[in-house]
Amino acid sequence: MTEARTAILERLSAAPAGGPPPPEDTAVMARRHWPAAERVARLRKGMETVRTEFLEASPSDWPSVVQNFCDHEGIKSLLYGPGNGDAAALAASWDGDATLLPYDRPVEAFKTQLFTEVEAGFTSTVGGIAETGGILLMPGPDEPRLLSLVPPIHIALLRASTIQDSLWSAITNLGWGDSLPPNALLISGPSKTADIEQTLAYGVHGPKRLIVVLVNDLR
Amino acid sequence: MHAETDILFRESAAKALLDPHLRANFRRAMDGLITKRKAQFPDPADLQELRHLSTAIRSRSLLNLPALLVQLEAACTRNGIQVHWAETCEQANQLVLDILQAQGATRLVKGKSMVSEEMHLNAFLESHGIEALESDLGEYIIQLDGETPSHIIMPAIHKNKDQIARQFSQKIKDAKYTEDVDELTAMARKVLRQKFLEADAGISGVNFAVANTGTLCLVENEGNGRMSTHVPPLHIAIMGLEKVVARLEDVAPLYAILTRSATGQAVSTYFNLISGPRGEGEKDGPQAVHLVILDNGRSRIYGDPQLQATLRCIRCGACMNHCPVYTRVGGHAYEATYPGPIGKILTPQMEGVGVRHDLLHGSSLCGACGEVCPVEIPIPDILVRLRREATHQDPASFVAGKGTGRTDAEDRAWRLWAALSKRPGLYRILTWFATRFGWALPSGAPLIRDWTRFRTKPIPARRSLSERMRAERGTHD
Repeated sequence: MTEARTAILERLSAAPAGGPPPPEDTAVMARRHWPAAERVARLRKGMETVRTEFLEASPSDWPSVVQNFCDHEGIKSLLYGPGNGDAAALAASWDGDATLLPYDRPVEAFKTQLFTEVEAGFTSTVGGIAETGGILLMPGPDEPRLLSLVPPIHIALLRASTIQDSLWSAITNLGWGDSLPPNALLISGPSKTADIEQTLAYGVHGPKRLIVVLVNDLR
Repeated sequence: MHAETDILFRESAAKALLDPHLRANFRRAMDGLITKRKAQFPDPADLQELRHLSTAIRSRSLLNLPALLVQLEAACTRNGIQVHWAETCEQANQLVLDILQAQGATRLVKGKSMVSEEMHLNAFLESHGIEALESDLGEYIIQLDGETPSHIIMPAIHKNKDQIARQFSQKIKDAKYTEDVDELTAMARKVLRQKFLEADAGISGVNFAVANTGTLCLVENEGNGRMSTHVPPLHIAIMGLEKVVARLEDVAPLYAILTRSATGQAVSTYFNLISGPRGEGEKDGPQAVHLVILDNGRSRIYGDPQLQATLRCIRCGACMNHCPVYTRVGGHAYEATYPGPIGKILTPQMEGVGVRHDLLHGSSLCGACGEVCPVEIPIPDILVRLRREATHQDPASFVAGKGTGRTDAEDRAWRLWAALSKRPGLYRILTWFATRFGWALPSGAPLIRDWTRFRTKPIPARRSLSERMRAERGTHD
């Protein structure tokens, strides 16, 4: 293996130096810029095109919006990350029909239950993407990775003020370019496929529904 | 002379052309993909700007390739990802097997990875008693039938839903026959979720590897990539060594042009950035992540300044979607991991221009592939270059199998042509016969036969151009 590494790097280093690469003009990325209200509308339009559902909420009433949605849909179990501030706030005020399940132990302790019983997962987001539509998640100790993947319904809380113009600007503004946690995600809709005759089908492996609770915190 | 092991594209292509279902399936799919891509680039100037930027980023990444790979290795190691290097597919297969066996893993789920197809990893693992199950819906469909992908993005594009309905009803336990795409998808979901739950390990490819942060980027729509990389306790990622870029900012334009060029989507459902195994305090994610970096001929391609452009490829498949040859014969006719125009330049460079000589000529050089390529790979120019490499022994060339595509018959034909062209008298006599009696040649005559199999017989003009010019001059003078 060390020999393979040495041999490969030697061959690559021995290659004749090519000319300088063409100049890089990033204007096409940088010019994607919209006012805050338009960013919200663009994100929504982009995500609705791929069947994401939106619930509108205010900075104070969003927990009850989540609760009403779960009651209305007859959701019986909602998994959340108790270490996350938003999720903890939701749990503190919860009075809904669904049982709240804290994701507070290693997945190995309840993998089968996670795959077969849990109906919905709640997560926060660290931002959104206006250009194409999409939400940014940074799973970690407080909000495990599978919260947004395994339950058939994923409910994500998004504050309008955190919506970035583009992935390009998000990488810069969120400081992702310097270091990243073990997992970071961009999600634009529920799981989908077009592998059979290019016919779109939703809910192939991941969530069948993505619900974005959009908090209007723009002044 | 061609060796007996030569793979003849003209034969498999001819067979594919006779299959009306196959042709209809590809035509419909490619037309759909072309239309969707076009809709994503409403402003041609914007598209060109994005292409130039993407080309520049990939060129810069390649310019610094050895340094970036070392940096990637260091960053990954810092993040807890174990890095392995393989010169050949055999080495890479063995590395994967060793990692799996060390963990006692016998049940494997796979996210889509073309490099693992290049390695024939599934067959290798199965021969060692390890179940390697494809979880991308398209890959799952073709694995059920023991087939290989016919397209790098849409592996089951050669099948229509009737064929898939029949296959599912026969091969999935308790499955009923249905042609409803949602129901078919639900059947696969049910089978595969159980497999994700039980899997000992997951394997994935890598779309981009970021050197400074040690991040593996995965682009997908289904969620099977996330399932394969986050659910099992062990994740092995496999990448070709050209996939590395310097920093995350480089990924944004490449990602933007990749999804638009590939499937006509502005964004994929998931863009999954993996920078390490389960971290301190994390409750899920794999306990171990391994990265296997595969060469398999790439470092040789890298040694040639012109051919190096082949390695800019981001595997979007736009070249095949727009190729008049691919659209008609489909992916399997190429008998290669990478079909279509990019496969026509990549496969001969990996396997040898001699044994894959035929592939280099299965092109009309119409230029569509080069025109749509998001990273401006001059595919037609490289095809022409490789045609020359196949018949010439340039001592400075790095090309695998250079000069081995030369045949005695072709040599003789060119010598005859040269001899005729140097003897105007003889040339005129021959053209006189060809123009007067060419029509009488039977369609089944050698050489003519290759043409008339699918087309009407060409009939030479009744007078040659020089004869007509002489006659015209006579009238006007």
